[in-house]
Amino acid sequence: MRRYFGRKLFIYALTFFLAATIDWMIPRFMPGDPVQNMLSRAALHAEAAEVMHGYYTRAFGLDVPVWQQYINFWIALFHGDLGTSVYLFPQPVLQIIMRAVPYDIFLLLPAILLSWLAGNKFGAFAARSKWLDNTISPLGYILTATPYMWLGILLAWFFGIVLGIFPIAGAYSFTMRPHLSWAFVGNLLKHWFLPFASLFLVKFGGWAIGMRNMIIYELEADYSHYLEALGAPRKLVRQYAYRNAILPQITGLGLDLGVVVAGALVTEVVFSYPGIGYLILAAIQNQDYFLIQGCFLFIIIGVLLANFIIDIVYVIVDPRTRTGMQGETV
Amino acid sequence: MRKSILFFTSLLVALSLVLAACATPTPQVIERTVEVPVQQTVEVPVEVPVEVPVEVPVEVTAVPAEAPTATYARGETLYVSGAAWGPPSTWNPFVTWAHANTTGIVGNVYETLFTFDPLTGDLTPWLAESGEWSDSTTYDLKLREGIEWSDGTPLTAADVVFTFELGEQYAALWFSPVWNYLDSVTAVGDYDVQFTFTDPLYQEWSNNLYNIAIVPQHLWEGKTEEEITSGANENPVGSGAYLYESHAEDRNVWVRNENWWGTKLLGLTPAPKRIVDIRTASNNIALGMVVKGELDLSNNFLPGIAELSKKGYVDTYFAEAPYMLSANTAVLFLNTTKPPMDDPAFRRALAFAINVDDIVNVAYAGLVRAANPTGLLPSLEKYVDQDVVARLGYSYDPAQAQQILADAGYADVDGDGFVEAPDGSKVELEVTCPFGWTDWMEAINVIASSAQGAGINIKAATPDYGAWNTALTSGTFDMTLNNWAGMSNTPWTLYNLLFRHPIQETMGSGNFGRYDNQEMFDLVDALARVPVDDEAGMKAACADIQELMLTDMPMIPLWYNGLWAQFSNAVWTNWPTEAADTPDTLPATWAGYWQMGGLLTLTTLELAE
Repeated sequence: MRRYFGRKLFIYALTFFLAATIDWMIPRFMPGDPVQNMLSRAALHAEAAEVMHGYYTRAFGLDVPVWQQYINFWIALFHGDLGTSVYLFPQPVLQIIMRAVPYDIFLLLPAILLSWLAGNKFGAFAARSKWLDNTISPLGYILTATPYMWLGILLAWFFGIVLGIFPIAGAYSFTMRPHLSWAFVGNLLKHWFLPFASLFLVKFGGWAIGMRNMIIYELEADYSHYLEALGAPRKLVRQYAYRNAILPQITGLGLDLGVVVAGALVTEVVFSYPGIGYLILAAIQNQDYFLIQGCFLFIIIGVLLANFIIDIVYVIVDPRTRTGMQGETV
Repeated sequence: MRKSILFFTSLLVALSLVLAACATPTPQVIERTVEVPVQQTVEVPVEVPVEVPVEVPVEVTAVPAEAPTATYARGETLYVSGAAWGPPSTWNPFVTWAHANTTGIVGNVYETLFTFDPLTGDLTPWLAESGEWSDSTTYDLKLREGIEWSDGTPLTAADVVFTFELGEQYAALWFSPVWNYLDSVTAVGDYDVQFTFTDPLYQEWSNNLYNIAIVPQHLWEGKTEEEITSGANENPVGSGAYLYESHAEDRNVWVRNENWWGTKLLGLTPAPKRIVDIRTASNNIALGMVVKGELDLSNNFLPGIAELSKKGYVDTYFAEAPYMLSANTAVLFLNTTKPPMDDPAFRRALAFAINVDDIVNVAYAGLVRAANPTGLLPSLEKYVDQDVVARLGYSYDPAQAQQILADAGYADVDGDGFVEAPDGSKVELEVTCPFGWTDWMEAINVIASSAQGAGINIKAATPDYGAWNTALTSGTFDMTLNNWAGMSNTPWTLYNLLFRHPIQETMGSGNFGRYDNQEMFDLVDALARVPVDDEAGMKAACADIQELMLTDMPMIPLWYNGLWAQFSNAVWTNWPTEAADTPDTLPATWAGYWQMGGLLTLTTLELAE
């Protein structure tokens, strides 16, 4: 057991190192000068522009050789410092991200978990049941093939404009200031519902289709036929099939959970929802090295953590993993 | 079991969100009442830690602490949008490039010595009571008595001297170059300031008078260089009509300063108690909100607004085309360091090859006007030398373009339909604008296709903003659009952008095409030295510039971008329009426009019945 996790942890650490390095490198390969972009908005005098350019290049630590910038990046990272944003100068990147992350988690975590649970249940029901298979499967295929953005716009148009029952923009009403009251929580949920629904529906379609196909595959497996031949009730056979079919779905869930902090980019843009997705887009457009780095670092950490959790979950739900580990230690 | 875990997880997540939303730093403004003479407005930043969801009660003075309003009354609140391109990040009046995101920080919170009315061209004393040149190198400024900072300290000559001297001390402040020709600033009395100059650039100085925000010495003198040049300056203390109340990723909330000096000294009171400035992630959201009356004034560019205006869903400054006032000139900069753009004949031919009418009518659906060949905005029309324009002006005429090209030796040698340069090399050029600027993307398509029609092979390309901007400032583009000279009191502003000199490695703020002509630079410098009250002198200097500009054609002014403004009369009325019975101010919330009539617009708004 210890060796299993030891090896896993080593691989995760190595992955993190490589991923963070690439994360540091990629923005710097983009053509362009972020400081120049920032200052050009001010339309400065030629002399002032030159002085300020030098000043801010130093302030962002971009005046030292690239290898030194890279070392400084790791030193700062271990001090929990992700740098200062260029796009939202002079705010620290960490502060900007921490403000946005709760909105992402609030939006994506329920969407991912609920769609996974519901999708698996419905998918399992639908498999090999003529009536359900003819309704849920096509619906699932349509939903999973729908772009988030398009469904988002449709929902916003129908529920926001035509029916006028849900707001179309923001995380809470522009007439309110955040405070703890039922009115505010209700307002928050009202603004949350449409972006949530657009994510939930698309994801639901994917999970349902995946589960339906997996169940059919498992019902064709030898052990299912054997059980049937023994005269086991249909319910029991399907139960065993379900437990086997859920394994790939768990891996999929892990991948989905990994991007819980950034997986709703287009949805957030459509609904003006203040999560990290919108920040990433703006950061890339403005060549904000530090904000891009910071956002992707959160994604890297998210993906690694989710994978690690899935590794642990596998040990619990799949007896074969445990057997494998024992085999190793013997 | 699993269900209950899920339930609690969702609950936790929901809770964390509420806490996060509540945890944005919400300084509480305790408003003093006007009757109490000595009490001061106290702004107390309360950082509510994430773990503690309750609002911390603040006891500061004996003033009854008015709890911050949770829901803004519609009849007291003005909702605006269109200025911000990102979340608010700084309240420093000197960090000019981020002002759009906290629009109003200059004008409504920090104020300038003068204001400017682009419709009449007049500078009006604001913090100043008067200002005049007592001789050719001395400018005497008199401040109004009775102006107070929002913490109750009086605003005096010392604050003005302090502000200007910051520019002398720190080269990284945007107005620091004023010290190239400013010699000293002295307070000759509590309310009198004397500026002495070595080589007064009158035009630039008059522009500075309504753009440099005065900051309070007693709060800023203790700041470090870093705090002054780049600090975020949270909880700003200014002298203006509004105070900072709160902000979030997608909004700024400003609350009226009930003790503002303007009410006493000028008899002006902004009608809305609160301004909620909204950043919309996309134009369709702004459009939806203004049509529903949730947004009172949208300064976003909304394509197709002409249709909505005709049908009465929204109102605009003009009831007919172009619907909007002209705010700045879209200029096609040509990279004069690259052949064939280094050839004046080619540049002039190009000016005749661009179908500006199609840009106006197709790309903008009539929302803009074609520019005068000199590039000067309609508000500066008196400085246009009509004789020069009649002789050297240009308009869309492909035959004329082909004629000029043929005369200069450009001919289609290889028969591909496009001309080759006189030396036989192929002419293949790119016209660019940033990706996502949809109106400009349409416009460069028109430029490319109409130039192709005249036999010049130009293709449109839309790089990302960052790449576009780098190409612009480092001079690697072929031709590109730019509109950084807006409404101004002086034609010098435009010519300073077009002919910024000296030519440097990066041209960050003008003359992007690197047009290097000392004669032109001398003419622009001569204009800068003409006193602002010498209208004849200014006209003469402008005529010289225009003559040379239209002969050499280093860049091509094409159209005037509008002061995009669509407003709803659902809650607030009496918006400025062309009609005689409405105020003659600007319906503008963009950064830099508050002191050009934006704030005055708020003082004349009326609540709808």
